[in-house]
Amino acid sequence: MVQLGRWAVMNVTGRRCIYLGMLLAVTVPMIWRISFKEHPTPMVRDIFATIEKLPKNARVLFVCDFDPASAAETRPMEDAFARHLCLRGVGLYCLTLWPTGPIEIDRTIRDVIALEFPSYRYGQNFVNLGYMSGNEAVVAVALTNFKKAFSTDVHNISTHDASRLPMMVPIEDLASFDLIVDVSAGYPGLNEWIPYGAIPAGVPIVGGSVAVGSPEIFPYIPEQCGGILVGVKGAAEYEQLLLEQYPQLDRPECRIALERMGPQTVAHLMIIGLILLGNGIHLWRRHKEAAA
Amino acid sequence: MTRKLILAIVCLALLLGLLIRASSGAMPNPFLDYQNLGLWVGAALTLFALSFLYGDNPFFRFTEHVFVGVASAYWMVQGFWGTLVPKLLANLAPEIAVSLFRMDFPVGVPWTRRLLYALPLLMGGLLLTRLHPRARRAGSWTLAFLVGITAGLRLIAFLDAGFMTQIQNSVVSLVAVSRSGFDLGKSLDAILLTGGVICCLLYFFFSRRESGPVALAGRFGLAVLMVTFGASFGFSVMGRVAVLVGRMEFLLHDWLGII
Repeated sequence: MVQLGRWAVMNVTGRRCIYLGMLLAVTVPMIWRISFKEHPTPMVRDIFATIEKLPKNARVLFVCDFDPASAAETRPMEDAFARHLCLRGVGLYCLTLWPTGPIEIDRTIRDVIALEFPSYRYGQNFVNLGYMSGNEAVVAVALTNFKKAFSTDVHNISTHDASRLPMMVPIEDLASFDLIVDVSAGYPGLNEWIPYGAIPAGVPIVGGSVAVGSPEIFPYIPEQCGGILVGVKGAAEYEQLLLEQYPQLDRPECRIALERMGPQTVAHLMIIGLILLGNGIHLWRRHKEAAA
Repeated sequence: MTRKLILAIVCLALLLGLLIRASSGAMPNPFLDYQNLGLWVGAALTLFALSFLYGDNPFFRFTEHVFVGVASAYWMVQGFWGTLVPKLLANLAPEIAVSLFRMDFPVGVPWTRRLLYALPLLMGGLLLTRLHPRARRAGSWTLAFLVGITAGLRLIAFLDAGFMTQIQNSVVSLVAVSRSGFDLGKSLDAILLTGGVICCLLYFFFSRRESGPVALAGRFGLAVLMVTFGASFGFSVMGRVAVLVGRMEFLLHDWLGII
């Protein structure tokens, strides 16, 4: 039988201890409901101000470029954006370039728009254009002829049908929109909507991104993109601003990201502690080996 | 062997305990409706996936295969009903779509339009020839078309948004002035941005010997790159922790009903 060395055994058991520690770091604050007040950054404030400035009945292209796998980060920002846009009374044109995106649009419509804003009528205040394959090619077509890229909605109603989808009447191209809001988790997403859609059309764009994908978007801010919410932290800051501006939203379903920031912060502190500990042990071993 | 047996007994005892808890109404009962059963399946698959942290095991591999299979099937079904039928078949042969799938499409599509839509069908079909070693060359036409279109489309957008505008945005005034006068913070930001960009470019400038001010600036550029990579890694960790928090919330709130 192969005998494991002292360090190898410590590596295996240490690794499992770290996993256990991480589990506790996440679950304990969750059970004890530890949460912190968020201090929104200027970028998040800019995004909030952009939506606040929208006039009633403005036309907003609401893009959900993510899937259930990334929903832990993107769903809170999607809900917060939908809630804020509905509070502003703007027209929502929902679509996705992800095959798994329609599930998320349906969920947002069911849980946020239909439930919290019963005055919102399908075809008049919001429309679900569903999924369209083709990635950036779809954006390029929509740039010049939106109804060619999206000829029907999810219910197979023609986007030219003025009686059933009256809110589609003024839409000709991407420039017909007042704002693009894209919550994205990768390709295709903000990195496609900014260069192929928002910039050529001259339409302002804001959005949210999973944390790991956000460094790709940062070079576009602030000139080409108004700003992005970065991961759960960005969503929590946005929720904080929403609560400050609209106190009537102080309900559990409007504080999802804020609630999640408790375990998130404790887990981050644990990781920082482990990095310091690991470096300390490494330096100590090096010092000991040099002395020997 | 004994360890595995003990582990199996512990797991069975836990399952029994959970079923008793479910029957008492403290958590969703899987035998009451399909939604609850789905919750239990989701919870089991989450635990199977997390079991990889202890070590590779059949439960983890089962979950991995289920995940890949379900995701592929979903994409295929979505592609069929979301693209092939309403976009292709509805324009190429709407009669088939109406009679076969009982969908509401206008049938009076002119022949010119039908012929136009036969082209993507043909090109899509050619792509499938790549599965056969002797016929795979035929699929190169479609691939060439796709690569050409994508390159053309990306080049124009990249030159504007990703190249020219990025250069323009990197060259900023080093002295920032706001309404109240000289803005020290923004000026330092601008100096750091411009200096960082120049130093990063100098780090990749290999034509000079690694000494003197150019090398020093290059070393600063390397430090800027390291900070950038560190921040990206930090974002990556943040994302993974968020996913874990989401899963734990599902287990503790939706499934177990503890929080």
